[in-house]
Amino acid sequence: MSSTFAIILTGILVAAACASLGCFLILRRMAMLADAISHAILPGLVAGYFIAQGPSLLAGFFGAALAGLITVGLVELLKNTQRVGGESAIGIVFPAMFALGTFLVSKYYADVHLDADAVLYGNIEFVGFDHWYLGETDLGPQSLWIMGCLCLINLIFISVFYKELKLATFDAGLAATLGFSPILIHYGLMAVVSITTVGAFTAVGAILVVALMIVPAATAYLLTDRLPWMIGLAIAAGAIAAVAGFGLAFMLNGSVAGAIATVTGVEFGLALLFSSKQGLVARAQRLARQRIQFAADTLLVHLLQHEGSPDAAHESTIDHLQSELQWNNKFAQRVLDLAQRRSLVRCQGQQLELTTSGRERSQQVLQLGRG
Amino acid sequence: MSILDLFRDYTLRNVALGAMVLGIVSGILGCFAVLRRQGLLGDALSHAALPGIAIAYLLTGSKAPIVLLLGAGIAGWVGTLVINRIVRDTRISEDSALGIVLSVFFGVGILLLTYIAKRNDANQAGLDRFLFGQAATLVATDVLTMSILGGLALGCLVLLYKEFKLLAFDPAFAASLGFPPNRLGILLTSLIVVAIVIGLQTVGVVLMAAMLVGPAVAARQWTHRLSVMLVLSGVFGASAGIAGTMLSLGQQHVPTGPMIILSLTAIVTISLLFAPARGLVWAKIRQNHSLNNEPRNREIQPAKGE
Repeated sequence: MSSTFAIILTGILVAAACASLGCFLILRRMAMLADAISHAILPGLVAGYFIAQGPSLLAGFFGAALAGLITVGLVELLKNTQRVGGESAIGIVFPAMFALGTFLVSKYYADVHLDADAVLYGNIEFVGFDHWYLGETDLGPQSLWIMGCLCLINLIFISVFYKELKLATFDAGLAATLGFSPILIHYGLMAVVSITTVGAFTAVGAILVVALMIVPAATAYLLTDRLPWMIGLAIAAGAIAAVAGFGLAFMLNGSVAGAIATVTGVEFGLALLFSSKQGLVARAQRLARQRIQFAADTLLVHLLQHEGSPDAAHESTIDHLQSELQWNNKFAQRVLDLAQRRSLVRCQGQQLELTTSGRERSQQVLQLGRG
Repeated sequence: MSILDLFRDYTLRNVALGAMVLGIVSGILGCFAVLRRQGLLGDALSHAALPGIAIAYLLTGSKAPIVLLLGAGIAGWVGTLVINRIVRDTRISEDSALGIVLSVFFGVGILLLTYIAKRNDANQAGLDRFLFGQAATLVATDVLTMSILGGLALGCLVLLYKEFKLLAFDPAFAASLGFPPNRLGILLTSLIVVAIVIGLQTVGVVLMAAMLVGPAVAARQWTHRLSVMLVLSGVFGASAGIAGTMLSLGQQHVPTGPMIILSLTAIVTISLLFAPARGLVWAKIRQNHSLNNEPRNREIQPAKGE
């Protein structure tokens, strides 16, 4: 297997493992907890290194996963004292854990390969070199195996507990009444997030884990209202980012992790602008349409008020509208276009008059206004 | 090593003064972030500042701290606007918006820094010190720059104290009085960006979150008055800065930034446990006391009139 292929495949697996969990983190408003966990597992890694007297995959894994759960527990504990807000609790716990980790690394392991840079942005570039051997047979890159397993674990976790997760996410109260413990689900999810973070961490570093957990899921959240679609789209967005990010990093000769995070950002930016429901462009269009719609209703009511009165001739000229309602030329024209297109208003030279359906509509509007 | 030694030696004095200035500024500004339940904003914005450093270097080729920090400030500020826009105009929660800006901006920063590092350009060495901060490299001009920036931010805070107070406790009321809450919020966040810029060289992007949250949370436990909280928070921040410097400079291989944060964590823990009115220890004692004094096995009396 070529090294390039191994890197890209690892990237895709990391993306899939992270993005699927990320959907629940986004919906449960716990995105920053993922960030906290990804930093806080550093002392756990160091502890694993210390206990195993050297780099041991398993010890590091357990240490880090434990540190992740301790972080979640400490945040909950602080929150429950009612003395600290939830976000401040996170802001206290994870820097403390990270500082402890950095302190331990620089004090005791200044000479070994456990530097904090690697923790922050990983080295997916080297996944091709670290192979696993069973006796004499080459099983392929180690990270590939780890991420494959984690991906599988996450997909199994989500599909087995799909109903529970969905219920606890959208209606924690109902979940508790029905006998599913929201706390158990919370810690279960956090445990999976922790081990995914640890696994992804060696390959891609703390920041990319956060990027891949949060950003593709948020992108998907802008594009759909259905949970299964959201999970699928998030995985797809993550996988595309992994492939495109590798290309970008190759072009710039820069960090692959950084490039993948950058591409997830580009994807999010595109969704933010152009999503058909949530996008900023669609939103601006909708607002503009509503403004014209509202103005047309105002026009109808104005015409109805003066209909049949002596000043009707004066009040219902197009020029008068512009000064009375303070519309500029262009806006007034667009409002008139809309009203005429829906045949609510008839234009007799400069004079405007209501059609039958226009009269009905304006009476309706007045009724609505009175509540 | 005594505190006096700290201020007699040139290097130590700069590090200690720098850490102290950072502690005061971030402690005071952090109070508003914590009260507005935006404790993690600092974390997001300090990460968001990183690409600014890389872009400033790419554009100017200069490594002067003022140029790089200006870039950091601008990037942090852009991050603020993006978060604000996402929260206001989409259904994505603030928490997720913070995470998105944090990780994407930081990723861009790392991509650019590694790109710069591999251009075979000897001049670039040392840009990555902003990741973890290197307080030991602070020189007198750095401390001066930090003091001036911090002084400006605090001056701004004094001028708009009433408005910010109102914004922190009752933004709806502020709006009804005609103050623009959104613009005031962005201004306050911009001041926090200044604090972050000051902190990048000392504690680095990752630990900056704690410098904003820690002193404020500790100070909150001792008082119910905003003015007292601000002063206490500044004092706690400065004490953590000096304590961290003393702990780290006495020995080899111990970085200053993490020691400042660990000192701060100790202050927060002590405040949470032992602060006079809100301390958890006293609360526990009071609870046990009232449990012991309560007559046990008392029968439940039906309420009168039923």
